[in-house]
Amino acid sequence: MTFSGLALALEWNLQPAASRLAAEIQDLHEYVMILCAAIFVGVFGFMFWSVYAHRKSKGHQAEEFHEHTTVEMLWTAIPALILVLIAWPATRLVVAQKDTTAADLTVKVTGIQWKWAYDYLKGEGEGISLISTLSTPREQIEGRAPKGEHYLLEVDNELVVPVNKKIRMITTAADVVHSWWVPAFGAKQDAIPGFLRDTWFRAEKTGVFRGQCAELCGKEHGFMPIVVRVVSQEDYSKWVGERKKALLAQADDPSRKWSLEELKARGEKVYAANCIACHQASGQGSPAVKAPALAGNKFVTAEPGPIDTVLNGRPNTAMQAFGRQLSDTEIAAVITYVRNSWGNKASDVQPAEVKARRK
Amino acid sequence: MSAVIDHDHAHGHHDHHGGYGGIMRWITTTNHKDIGTLYLWFSFLMFGVGGIMAVVIRAELFSPGLQFVNPDFFNQLTTMHGLIMIFGAIMPAFVGFANWQIPMMIGAPDMAFARLNNWSFWLLPFAATLLALSFLMPGGAPGVGWTMYAPLTVQMGMGMDFTIFAVHLLGMSSILGAINIITTILNLRAPGMTLLRMPLFVWTWLITAYLLLAVMPVLAGAVTMTLTDRHFGTTFFNAAGGGDPVLYQHIFWFFGHPEVYVVALPAFGVISQVIPAFSRKPLFGYASMVYATSAIAILSFIVWAHHMYTTGIPVSGQLFFMYATILIAVPTGVKVFNWVATMWKGSLSFETPMLFALGFLFMFTLGGFTGLVLALVPVDIQLQDTYYVVAHFHYVMVAGALFAAFAGIYFWLPKWTGKMYDETLGKIHFWLTLVFLNMIFFVQHFLGLAGMPRRIPDYPLMFETWNKISSLGAFGMGLAQLLFLYIVVKCIRSGAPAPQKPWEGADSLEWTHLPTPVPYHSFETPPVLH
Repeated sequence: MTFSGLALALEWNLQPAASRLAAEIQDLHEYVMILCAAIFVGVFGFMFWSVYAHRKSKGHQAEEFHEHTTVEMLWTAIPALILVLIAWPATRLVVAQKDTTAADLTVKVTGIQWKWAYDYLKGEGEGISLISTLSTPREQIEGRAPKGEHYLLEVDNELVVPVNKKIRMITTAADVVHSWWVPAFGAKQDAIPGFLRDTWFRAEKTGVFRGQCAELCGKEHGFMPIVVRVVSQEDYSKWVGERKKALLAQADDPSRKWSLEELKARGEKVYAANCIACHQASGQGSPAVKAPALAGNKFVTAEPGPIDTVLNGRPNTAMQAFGRQLSDTEIAAVITYVRNSWGNKASDVQPAEVKARRK
Repeated sequence: MSAVIDHDHAHGHHDHHGGYGGIMRWITTTNHKDIGTLYLWFSFLMFGVGGIMAVVIRAELFSPGLQFVNPDFFNQLTTMHGLIMIFGAIMPAFVGFANWQIPMMIGAPDMAFARLNNWSFWLLPFAATLLALSFLMPGGAPGVGWTMYAPLTVQMGMGMDFTIFAVHLLGMSSILGAINIITTILNLRAPGMTLLRMPLFVWTWLITAYLLLAVMPVLAGAVTMTLTDRHFGTTFFNAAGGGDPVLYQHIFWFFGHPEVYVVALPAFGVISQVIPAFSRKPLFGYASMVYATSAIAILSFIVWAHHMYTTGIPVSGQLFFMYATILIAVPTGVKVFNWVATMWKGSLSFETPMLFALGFLFMFTLGGFTGLVLALVPVDIQLQDTYYVVAHFHYVMVAGALFAAFAGIYFWLPKWTGKMYDETLGKIHFWLTLVFLNMIFFVQHFLGLAGMPRRIPDYPLMFETWNKISSLGAFGMGLAQLLFLYIVVKCIRSGAPAPQKPWEGADSLEWTHLPTPVPYHSFETPPVLH
């Protein structure tokens, strides 16, 4: 790891900028802070002095004046002028921030309770898709294991982008409003279900940059970080090649017949990555988020198993349509796993059955 | 009780407290002073409930990792803390001040609609009960934040519906209260009390009441649409049916931003009474104060989308809302300058109400500056939904509105109870609150800048130090408010008798024309003003 945006952050100021936009935001912030500090010291210096000089315990007699037109006009006009001095550089930056044209690489990011899905839409790497989920183990969160350096800021699959290229991020969401945010890039954009929005960044340093979902999106809102790995153009091309090869190799043949044990072992992993937040490791569910217990659940063990539910989700709950995120094999595996865990006993579900029920 | 104003038997007031004693007196009362007292005690109770929630939130955030509450309950706590503090504590507190003070300050015998006044108050305990019951529903209280953004609200259990109905009741209460206040101020002023002779507290409430009338129905609409989206198949906020989740945010903040001034303007009013009284000098720039207050109120209607810069509104929208928002700094600056100029060449003394007013002035201005920082779109893109925002609005709501409420309570307590509070304890209460408040919220600016999102129950390790300081401050702040309760109870039970005008520089009618303690019925005959 060459450089970590968050771990090096100065705790009392904005994180070190890794893009020009973020650096300019810092400059604007500092400029405004200096203006504010000067005004603050001026006004309250005057106030404390007048409080000190005119206190009754010293015997000061009150005067009776209560108006002064010139002074009042001045202290209306001067702040208005100062505001113009602030608005001008801010306006320039707003326009730059909104300009998402001429991107080298376009990536769509979909907020899903509670992970991020990245689809490389246009540019080198087109066609790559990955799903990025928190990789901090539950034991660390629950205090049963010491916390690692990147506690809550680490994921299984990082977004990988080339350095010095304009990356346009198109945001949307599958369920509720999320917000994609990497402080070091000065990029934050809400991900709104049913709508596309966009933002952009151009990373000027290689390294790993970390952020978190910024819009309250339910129970696990605090547990869906964003990790971006910025690499050199060379490394990026290499990564794209590897990724495409791996995708081909990983692709499971949906017509292959799996044994129940094979499916269960694979399903346990899928369950840990996708289901555990609501349905719990014990399969007991969380009534608070309307996630039913799976242990002893008749609907789960009945034939043919909850294939449609997993594929299409349940409207108005956090049970989302996993058909989009998981392969037939993964869905078959996880259903087989829940049908044969915590005392449940039922037949296995084969990938071919899942494939047949996809619409 | 030495009432200087004789009871006019033609009006049928044969005894001081109406026809009932005990609890029925409070349930049936139509007296503005009784109802003011009810509002104030209710808001103190809610302040305690919301405060306990805040302490639990801060306890969970004391260390990284999950210790006391699960993430879902954490979200329920942040939601209810916000709703209870805003609608249960701060707003009713200032309505309590309005009830007690407006009739006395304008020389009126009571509020214009006395029975309606009773109902406005008694809606509140039912709303609070609905909110409390939501915790007992399957799935618990909603964990959506006080802003109740769609479509997360659709995922919630029945607790969400309880909250929606509670908001309806709270809104009804506010609307009825606002109608009452406007009617009272416009119709019941004593002869000679022209609009531009009214104490500034009355002016700020007149403007606030209009704000309430304008925006509470908008909030009611927003939550009603949420209700029908949840249960009746509408899709106002669902793109799949042609709706838009961001529409909810527009509607909510069209209510939400003026709401900030619903809380802030009466606070300005209290401060505008307290500072001149302890400076022994008339308020500087009275007329410009009235104009500035009106300007703030009008501007508050055209700045709502500054809460939504990251939703992806177009560049022209971002620029418009940025310019409109920073413009608010001008009338707000005028107010701050006027208060400072009021103190200039006065004869100042520093009893507890004045200390709280000075604390207000200092920290509210700080909250104003962070507001200016947040108004700038590029900077806000970094800070939106971080602890910087949390720090900013707590400086406005706690260091601003709550400090003004404390200032007002210490200021008028002698008039209301006929007894003096313990000045030493009052000062200790001030200093403790001041120190702990800054311990809680000042460091949250750093957390926000460094990138800590709000509304998370657990956080990366680098945020630990400031969170620990903030949590310790919260525990101290909570304990300091127990001292406040003790001071008030001690004042009521065993305070030394207060003179008619304990504050040398106070000059509104309740000090100059009414004895201490004020009789149960005051100004049954309008005072003669010159």
